[in-house]
Amino acid sequence: MIPLSKMSSMERVLTTLGHNEPDRVPFFLLLSLHGARELGMTIREYFSRPDNVVEGQLRMLAKYNHDCLYPFFYASIEVEAFGGETIFYDDGPPNCGAPIIRLQSDIGELRVPEIEKSAGLARVLTAITALKEKVGDETPIIAVAVSPFSLPVMQMGFAQYFELIYESPELFDRLMAVNEEFCVSWANAQLNAGATAICYFDPLASPTMISREMYLKTGFEVSRRTLARINGPTATHLASGHCLPIVDDLTATGTAAVGVSALEDLSEIKEACRNKLTVIGNLNGVEMRSWTVAQAEQKVKDAINGAAAGGGFILSDNHGEIPWQVDEEVLLAISRAVRQWGNYPVGKKI
Amino acid sequence: MIETDVRVVGEFIDKLLSLDRLGAEDILDRARQNTSPLQVVEELIIPALEEVGRGWEQGSVALAQVYMGSRICEDLVELFLPSSSPERTSKPLMAISLLDDYHGLGKTIVYTALRASGYELMDYGRLTVAELVRRVCADSTRIILISTLMLRSALQVREVKEMLAAAGCQAKIVVGGAPFRFDPRLWQEVGADAMGATAADAIKVVTHIIEEEL
Repeated sequence: MIPLSKMSSMERVLTTLGHNEPDRVPFFLLLSLHGARELGMTIREYFSRPDNVVEGQLRMLAKYNHDCLYPFFYASIEVEAFGGETIFYDDGPPNCGAPIIRLQSDIGELRVPEIEKSAGLARVLTAITALKEKVGDETPIIAVAVSPFSLPVMQMGFAQYFELIYESPELFDRLMAVNEEFCVSWANAQLNAGATAICYFDPLASPTMISREMYLKTGFEVSRRTLARINGPTATHLASGHCLPIVDDLTATGTAAVGVSALEDLSEIKEACRNKLTVIGNLNGVEMRSWTVAQAEQKVKDAINGAAAGGGFILSDNHGEIPWQVDEEVLLAISRAVRQWGNYPVGKKI
Repeated sequence: MIETDVRVVGEFIDKLLSLDRLGAEDILDRARQNTSPLQVVEELIIPALEEVGRGWEQGSVALAQVYMGSRICEDLVELFLPSSSPERTSKPLMAISLLDDYHGLGKTIVYTALRASGYELMDYGRLTVAELVRRVCADSTRIILISTLMLRSALQVREVKEMLAAAGCQAKIVVGGAPFRFDPRLWQEVGADAMGATAADAIKVVTHIIEEEL
């Protein structure tokens, strides 16, 4: 057994994923954009070279001393592989440009992109490989793959996709077949490059977005098929969407963890997930922008009180990406608070 | 005829949530037999959209159902209260816009729900702050609804407010979208006049502004 006081981030995270208590609560600051600030460059410039992301991630790991590296560039990098474009901003996450599927009939022409032929995906893989060389097995490297079920929001737009789901089941199945192949290839390529686990972004799975009844007919089956073919652990992230009504369904997809919303009760989620799914969350990223240092500390304490006992908990934000507008002082305050209040056992209210 | 008939509204909501367009149309046809178009809108459509919005806030209804249900309502209302109908509320001039944001679902849902409620409004699409201010001033728009998903867009509302004031435009700004739901104080921080958490909220807010403030 590993002495608790000597746990590496990897050991800490694996212990909590095993629903046991490590030395302290592990915490993931899911920072992507902030790396650009660290390097004093624009967001567009930052993501244009993998060595920027490597340097940014390593600097943020040293500064905040959290428990993962997060070489996530931006979501639409996956749509770039399908021929899509990305719109960059100086103060927020890149957005997907015009839909690559303009008409439902375009779905018939869609082909599975080859990972190695996409310049954007290649940059991500290069960054993961370099990070793995730097940290070895000390620190988990969390890579991201958008679920086949949620990717069409960027491929064709929300409204058009909802209409497809409800009104054109055959074309929906065809789109899922393409996206599933792509997602499996992309996730496994990142694991092969050195990623420890895949954050499987699936906001559409949330009952905030689609009814459970429809999810069970569609996204649930997609995830079950997809996750079975991904050669490593996955954490399903609902990107601020609710999860409580589908906790058992998510468990049945084969995922190991779930990223949960700030709008749900963390202790209630923890009870529903206990010994089934590790809970990741749920600091409110939008509010975090205006927290004081004292508020940040209190929010960390509240989350630890709500979900840390027994392990199976990773403190993080609720969306899977901390907004650009969140100040470094708040992030440092979160880091200090976890160290001060997150040591196990945490049975008594803090 | 349908006034206070909660059962009929409930049945209509069930048809919307199960995307039974024909069933919803049948209820609407029966309701219209002894009632004016606007009364049907006020006593059936709007209460149904409000209930669907409440369901979404409380977690019992999904956004996909809100969207698909709003779309059915808009189509059905268009049949008996077409765009050109003088019974539609087209004054004061109202518009909805995205602010340099490519996520258009919220805008579509609010636009659809307002039209299904008998309002006419312009859809400005996606504009930058400067473009939006120019458009609002040029059109003399009195109510501008801004739908956001990205935090950066929500924060840009402050610039819209300041530039409208500098240009002497008196438009009321109504905001909505995820950043405002996750930070309930944000709408005041950016200087909006009101916030709607759901499309049904937007209908209430717009009605209130028209009746009380303009």
